[in-house]
Amino acid sequence: MIELKGVSKSFTLHNQNGAVIPVMEGASLKVMPGECVALTGVSGVGKSTLMRVIYGNYLAASGQVLVGGLDVAQAEPREILNLRRETLGYVSQFLRVVPRVPTLEVVAEPLLAIGFDRQVALDKAANLLVRLNIPERLWTLSPTTFSGGEQQRVNIARGFVHDYPALLLDEPTASLDAKNRETVLALITQAKARGAAIVGIFHDVDARKRVCDRQVDLSNFAPGMAA
Amino acid sequence: MTPLLSVQDITKTYGARIGCTGVSFDLYPSEVMGIVGESGSGKTTLLNCLAGYLEPDTGQVIFDTRTDGPMDTVTMSEPERRMLGRTDWAFVHQHASDGLRMSVSAGGNIGERLMALGNRHYGSIRGDAMNWLGRVEIDTDRIDDRPTAFSGGMQQRLQIARNLVTGPRLVFMDEPTGGLDVSVQARLLDLLRGLVREMGLSAIIVTHDLAVVRLLADRLMVMKDGHVVEAGLTDQVLDDPQHAYTQLLVSSVLQV
Repeated sequence: MIELKGVSKSFTLHNQNGAVIPVMEGASLKVMPGECVALTGVSGVGKSTLMRVIYGNYLAASGQVLVGGLDVAQAEPREILNLRRETLGYVSQFLRVVPRVPTLEVVAEPLLAIGFDRQVALDKAANLLVRLNIPERLWTLSPTTFSGGEQQRVNIARGFVHDYPALLLDEPTASLDAKNRETVLALITQAKARGAAIVGIFHDVDARKRVCDRQVDLSNFAPGMAA
Repeated sequence: MTPLLSVQDITKTYGARIGCTGVSFDLYPSEVMGIVGESGSGKTTLLNCLAGYLEPDTGQVIFDTRTDGPMDTVTMSEPERRMLGRTDWAFVHQHASDGLRMSVSAGGNIGERLMALGNRHYGSIRGDAMNWLGRVEIDTDRIDDRPTAFSGGMQQRLQIARNLVTGPRLVFMDEPTGGLDVSVQARLLDLLRGLVREMGLSAIIVTHDLAVVRLLADRLMVMKDGHVVEAGLTDQVLDDPQHAYTQLLVSSVLQV
């Protein structure tokens, strides 16, 4: 479902004397439906960078990034947007929303964007918010005013509301209490059971052991560090 | 899929000075494209060439018309282009007073495009105007007031209602949120986003505000000195800019 072949990435900082910072070389990875793969390595090794490359948010310098058959590294903007709507979900560490939009709408939006009936979409969103313990009195407010943990859970609800065939999870259990952490792990297990291919970053070792089938150490792809 | 608008090699010079040069792109149905760049980079010149307000020196602007399929709007006759401007195209100006008739009531402003298309039933035109005032969040009891009695934000929303009432397929916007205070901006952006999604509109938005394009645009084109220096998916261009100028632009935004 997700396959990377020889992906490299570097940043060129034109305004700082054209400094070139290579961050990744020859990264390859294959994730089958129903499988969860953890990216590991020390901070700064490029875990989030690789996630963003898969999502099309960062431009790969070379190599192929295949998600559901589409090469994200070469695709047109509208193809990537379509992929993100239908196929590829991403739970980032930060929630970015339009001001004034109520939480319930924020969570239902991915479904509305692919043409779900409004009521069905809102019901599904409400279900997830209940599971993630966001009190109903907050649903009509914009999540911009929420606490860090609440925002994180809204973000997770948004990422799981549609049954994406492929999912990217950037520290989904960070800043969550034990009960919510269990809920998130259950959501991940469910997603795997329905056949989602998942790539995740988990600093929480116990969580990683419970939901991930394999680990890929990204320091193998770090330039100058590879054996 | 046929692009709604296919722009090929548009160049416009003012004497020896370059307005914009060698601009090409395809815009597909329900796509929203942002054009950013500092003032003087050729954004507005390009927009005016695309919308038929300026004649480009070279190049083609091919629009997929409802009746006759793809046609070059640069070479089509003036009446045909005007008809397009009243039906499938809409233009939201930076200054609402450029896009509104300031001495005609709000209802009259909204009704004008409908009447230009042959609508003659006063009741139904007024009904449509009421409906649109509601959609852009203006109290319907202001229908008989002139735009001169409206605030800047209301004028801008009235301009949007006037433009969208005939269900256009392509909207050109020149700094739609320029000169409005932030709370009014947020409301307007929210409104535009909703309308774009509900009506399946395609839009080209010229702005120098990167936050506006991040919210509204699927794609982004960055211009400098009349040239397109970078183009791509909006979040990719903003988060991983490749060109020196885009990097400068992105890193110059003040954090709130």
